[in-house]
Amino acid sequence: MSTPRTLDAPPGTRDTQVRRPGRGHRPRRQRLTWRRAVRRDWRLYTLVIAPLVFFAVFRYLPMIGNVIAFRRYEPGGNLFGEEWVGLHYFQLFIHDPTFWQVFTNTLILGGLTLLFTFPAPIILALLLNEVRASGLKRFVQSISYLPHFLSIVVVAAIIMQLLSDNGVVNQGLHAVGHAPITFLQQPGWFRQIYVSSEVWQTVGWGTILYLAALTTIDGQLYEQARIDGANRWQQTWHVTLPGIRPTMMTLLILNIGTFMAVGFEKILLLYNPLTYPTADVISTYLYRVGVVSGSFSYAAAIGLFDSVIGLVLVVSANYLSRRLVGASLW
Amino acid sequence: MVNISMLRPERKAAPGAPPARVRIRPGRGYRVFQVVNALVLTGVVVVTLYPFINILAQSFSSEHAIETGRVNLIPHGLNLTTYKTVMSDSMFWRNYRNTVEYTAAATFVSMVLTTCYAYVLSKKQVKGRGVLIGIAVFTMFFNGGLIPNYVLVSQLGLRNSIWAIVLPNAINVFNLLVMKAFFESLPGELEEAAAVDGLSTYGILWRIVLPLSKAVLATMILFYAVTYWNSWFSAFLYMDRSELFPVTVYLRNIIAGATVGADNGTAGDTALQIAANIQAVTIVLTVIPILTVYPFIQRYFVSGVMLGAVKG
Repeated sequence: MSTPRTLDAPPGTRDTQVRRPGRGHRPRRQRLTWRRAVRRDWRLYTLVIAPLVFFAVFRYLPMIGNVIAFRRYEPGGNLFGEEWVGLHYFQLFIHDPTFWQVFTNTLILGGLTLLFTFPAPIILALLLNEVRASGLKRFVQSISYLPHFLSIVVVAAIIMQLLSDNGVVNQGLHAVGHAPITFLQQPGWFRQIYVSSEVWQTVGWGTILYLAALTTIDGQLYEQARIDGANRWQQTWHVTLPGIRPTMMTLLILNIGTFMAVGFEKILLLYNPLTYPTADVISTYLYRVGVVSGSFSYAAAIGLFDSVIGLVLVVSANYLSRRLVGASLW
Repeated sequence: MVNISMLRPERKAAPGAPPARVRIRPGRGYRVFQVVNALVLTGVVVVTLYPFINILAQSFSSEHAIETGRVNLIPHGLNLTTYKTVMSDSMFWRNYRNTVEYTAAATFVSMVLTTCYAYVLSKKQVKGRGVLIGIAVFTMFFNGGLIPNYVLVSQLGLRNSIWAIVLPNAINVFNLLVMKAFFESLPGELEEAAAVDGLSTYGILWRIVLPLSKAVLATMILFYAVTYWNSWFSAFLYMDRSELFPVTVYLRNIIAGATVGADNGTAGDTALQIAANIQAVTIVLTVIPILTVYPFIQRYFVSGVMLGAVKG
C-alpha cells in the first residue's frame, strides 16, 4: 500500500501502515473458506496455474536441487544425487586455497563496486538537479542512459577494443611517451577496469529514481533554510540529502543484496587465466568447477554457501536500515 | 512483502512535471558553480559517447590503420570492405535471425505468464493472495544458483532448444510487481460493471483490463524484449551448435577469438585473434537495432522504473 510519505512523518509511523478502509470488513470476510473461495474465484485461480508451475520448476526445484551439495551427483544421474556424503564437499572447499582466494576477490570487487556505483548516481542526480536549462538536462540524461541498454557482451567488446595494444587508451599513453600497457593481461589492472566500466554503464540509469525523489522535496523547506541563513551547500546537506534518504537506503539495501553476485557475466567475458589472481570470483570459480569440469556437487556446495551469504546480507541490511533510518524493503 | 513505496515519493511527481524549484538570486560563487557543473556534465556526455564513436570509427577503418594505433574518433583508410566481409557471413545472419526469434518467443511467453499472475495478485479479495505474492518475492532474494539450474535444464532435455532460453527466466519478479501495481491502480467500478453485464473473469481481463493497460503492457514488452535481445549466457550455457546461437554469442566468440563453438569461459586465452575492424563492425551491427529504437523507447523505460517504485 503506498502510504503517502511526508518528510516530517515521525519515523515510527513508516512501517505501521495506514489500513485501507476495505480491511474494516475483515471480521465478516473471515468466514471465507477455501471451498467458497475456489467456487467464487476459480477462474482467477486457473490463471495462476502456469505461473506457479514456472516458479515451482524453475525457481523452487533448483533450490531443492541444492541438496546435491550434500549428495554425490553424477552427470546424467538422479537430479538430486546418488548418496549422502554429508558435509564432505563443504569440507573440501573450506580447505581449498583457491576458494579462499576467490572469496577474497569477491569481497574486494563487491566492496569496490558498491563504494563507487552507489554514490555516483546520487552525485550525478544532484548535479543534474542544479541545471537550469531543461534542454541541456534532458540531453545529458538521454545520453547517460544509453549504456544501460547495451548487452554485456557489447560492453565487454568495447572495453577490449579501448584497452587493446593500439586502442584509444594506449594511444593516449603513447602520446605522453609511456610504453603500451596490456591492461587485460595484468591482474593489477582488473579491478580498476571492472569498477570504472561498471560506473560507466550504471551511473546514468541510476539517476532516474533520485531525480524523481528530488522533484518531490517541498520548496518551502529550501525557503526556510535560506531564511535561517543556509547557503547552497548547507541547503543541499540539510534539505536535499535528507529528502532523498529513503530512496538512498532502499537502493543501498538492494545493492547489498546483489553484493555477492558481482557481475558474473562481465567477469566471465573479461577475465583470463592471467588475471585470475584478482578477477576470479566465487561465481566464475563455481562455473568453471561445475559446468566446465563437471564437479557439480562441489560447485553446488560453493553456490549454496554463496546464496546463503547473499540472503543473510540483504536481511541484515534491511534490518539495520529499519532500525537506523526507518526505511526498509519489508 | 516488499514495500518499495519510499522509492516513489508522491503521485504528483510524475515525470515531466516541473520540479519544485526555489528562485534564488545567483551569487558569484553559484555562477562559478553553474559553469563548472556544465563542464562536468559535458564531460559525462563525452565519456559516455567516446567509446561508441571510437568503435564506429574503427568499423570504417582499414585493419592496418587500427594496428598502427591511428584510429581514434575519425576513420583512417575509410572503407566499407569490413562491413561487406561481416555481412557476407551467413552464420552472422543466421544468428541474427535466432536473436529475433528467441526475443519474440521469450517475450511472448513472459508477457502471458506475467500478466496472468499479476492480474490475480492485484485482486485483493483472492484468498491466498499473500502466499502467492510471497512465492514470487522470495525468489528475488534467494535463488537456487547456477549449478542446480544447469543440472535441471540439462535433465529436462532443454539443451539446444529455444526453451532453454524461454522458460528458465520467464517471469521477472520486478516486472511482475510493476504490472500488479498498475492493475491495482485501475478503477474497480469498470470491472464490476462488466461483471454485472455478464462478462466472465477472462472476458474482463481480455476486453476491459488489457485495453486499459496498453501503456504498461508496452513498457513491459520493451523491458522483456531488450533483456532477451541482450542476453547471451543462457544460449552460451545450453547451446552447443553454432547455428543455434543468438548474435550476442556470435559476438562473444569473436571477441574471445574463438571461431566455432564455445570454449567455456577462457576468453582471451585462445591464440587465434580476430581483426579489430571485424570486431568493431560486429559490435556496430549488433547494437544498431537498439540504438535506432532507443530514442523512442527510452521514455517508456523511465516510466516503467517509476511505476515499479510505486510499490512492490
